Amino acid sequence: MSTKIDLFLNVFIDKGGYLKVLEGLRNTLVIAVLGLLIGVVIGTLIATVRVVPKYKRLPRVLNGFATFYVGFFRGTPMVVQLLLFYYVLLPILGVRLSGVTVSIWVFGLNSGAYISEIMRGGIQSVDPGQMEAGRAVGLSFATTMRMIVIPQAVKNILPTMGNEFIALIKETSVVSFVGASDLYVAFNYIGSNTYEFMVPYIVMAVIYIVMVVMITILIRLMERRFARSDR
Amino acid sequence: MEELLRVEGLQKSFGKKQVLNGIDLTVYRGDIVCVIGPSGSGKSTFLRCLNCMEDPTGGKIWFDGEDLADMSVDINRHRQNMGMVFQHFNLFNNKTVLENIMLAPVYTRLHPPKGQPKPSRAQVKEEAREEALALLKRIGLEEKADVYPSTLSGGQKQRVAIVRALAMKPKLLLFDEPTSALDPEMVGEVLDLMRDLAKSITMIVVTHEMGFAREVSNRMLFIDEGRILEEGEPEEFFGNPKHPRLKDFLSKVL
Repeated sequence: MSTKIDLFLNVFIDKGGYLKVLEGLRNTLVIAVLGLLIGVVIGTLIATVRVVPKYKRLPRVLNGFATFYVGFFRGTPMVVQLLLFYYVLLPILGVRLSGVTVSIWVFGLNSGAYISEIMRGGIQSVDPGQMEAGRAVGLSFATTMRMIVIPQAVKNILPTMGNEFIALIKETSVVSFVGASDLYVAFNYIGSNTYEFMVPYIVMAVIYIVMVVMITILIRLMERRFARSDR
Repeated sequence: MEELLRVEGLQKSFGKKQVLNGIDLTVYRGDIVCVIGPSGSGKSTFLRCLNCMEDPTGGKIWFDGEDLADMSVDINRHRQNMGMVFQHFNLFNNKTVLENIMLAPVYTRLHPPKGQPKPSRAQVKEEAREEALALLKRIGLEEKADVYPSTLSGGQKQRVAIVRALAMKPKLLLFDEPTSALDPEMVGEVLDLMRDLAKSITMIVVTHEMGFAREVSNRMLFIDEGRILEEGEPEEFFGNPKHPRLKDFLSKVL
């Protein structure tokens, strides 16, 4: 075992393997964090479309689009979506983007679909009287949604959003399919340099666990802050 | 007498169920109209149609020279002139008491109709804050300005909800059973505030508080099955009811 550790440390430190790991870590975090942010924006918009009263034409059309969108992104695996965007959509559009950029957008679009359903549940869990009170003082549907309903919905769904973020962090391990280097690529590089995979993969697992634990703590702190209005 | 609101042939149906069967009512400035009726009679629906919380399915609601039942009017602007107080208070849970009162005045002043100059944010906020504090002082809750609604008692919540509606300086206040969700010992404080307000603002109150209605209102309405069955001054209305349904109703509740 000690020789295996020596081999790992040799590549990790002396041959600059740690740089690869840092790059992978950065990409993993960038993809997951930006993906989540894009997802929150898209998810909130779609959830709002879903709860708007539907007696006019525009909300119905938007709702149809939202149903299709959520159906597509929840109905296919993330890998398939990455491959479709990178190898089908981009060439058709004639656009060249890096694997990391494509991954950020696909992760954002994908988590947007999931977050929209989480957010819809959150919005529907807010007492309808809150919306009525906002409308009764003359605020528009959108303004009441933004200032009153969505903040309360977000508070309700914070634990579930933590899960979504953790899922995103772990799912970044598929971005190597479109040539983005993440943690998996970094540790695989170290392993294939020494033909010794045991230690790199254990270290990789530990890094994931540490990240997830840190996120869990962060979410706890946020929940506590949001709980102020419950006192 | 200046006419404030005129309702003509108001109808409302939910699917096939007809809840309001043509209601006519004219409200003048300074009126205190109390609406009573058995549960399921349509009295709450009637009140909620007046500011289009429920969209009327027929008839007209004339307010400020426009027909609110016409879906193309800017209903948000009219609602700023027609406050509403709910049975379940509906204070904004994510805002402090002061923020609850300031929110709509600040927002509407910072978003004036197109073409009008936009005032400075700091000034608007400071003004609204002072007005809100004055309102809180009026109801004796200035020390609660910075707490969240969840820490208030029911009576305190409803009083804050009433001044939240007042903060928009409406011409007309609608009350939808404002004391029905309160513990008995808190009903008094809310009614006292309403009694005080009745001197200076026009109100339409759906209520089960017969004593309050008799004392404060200048006009009583009895609604059943979506129609106004009897209408009159409180003395005559309670002392000498004509319609058999009203006689029956009053004999049960008094």
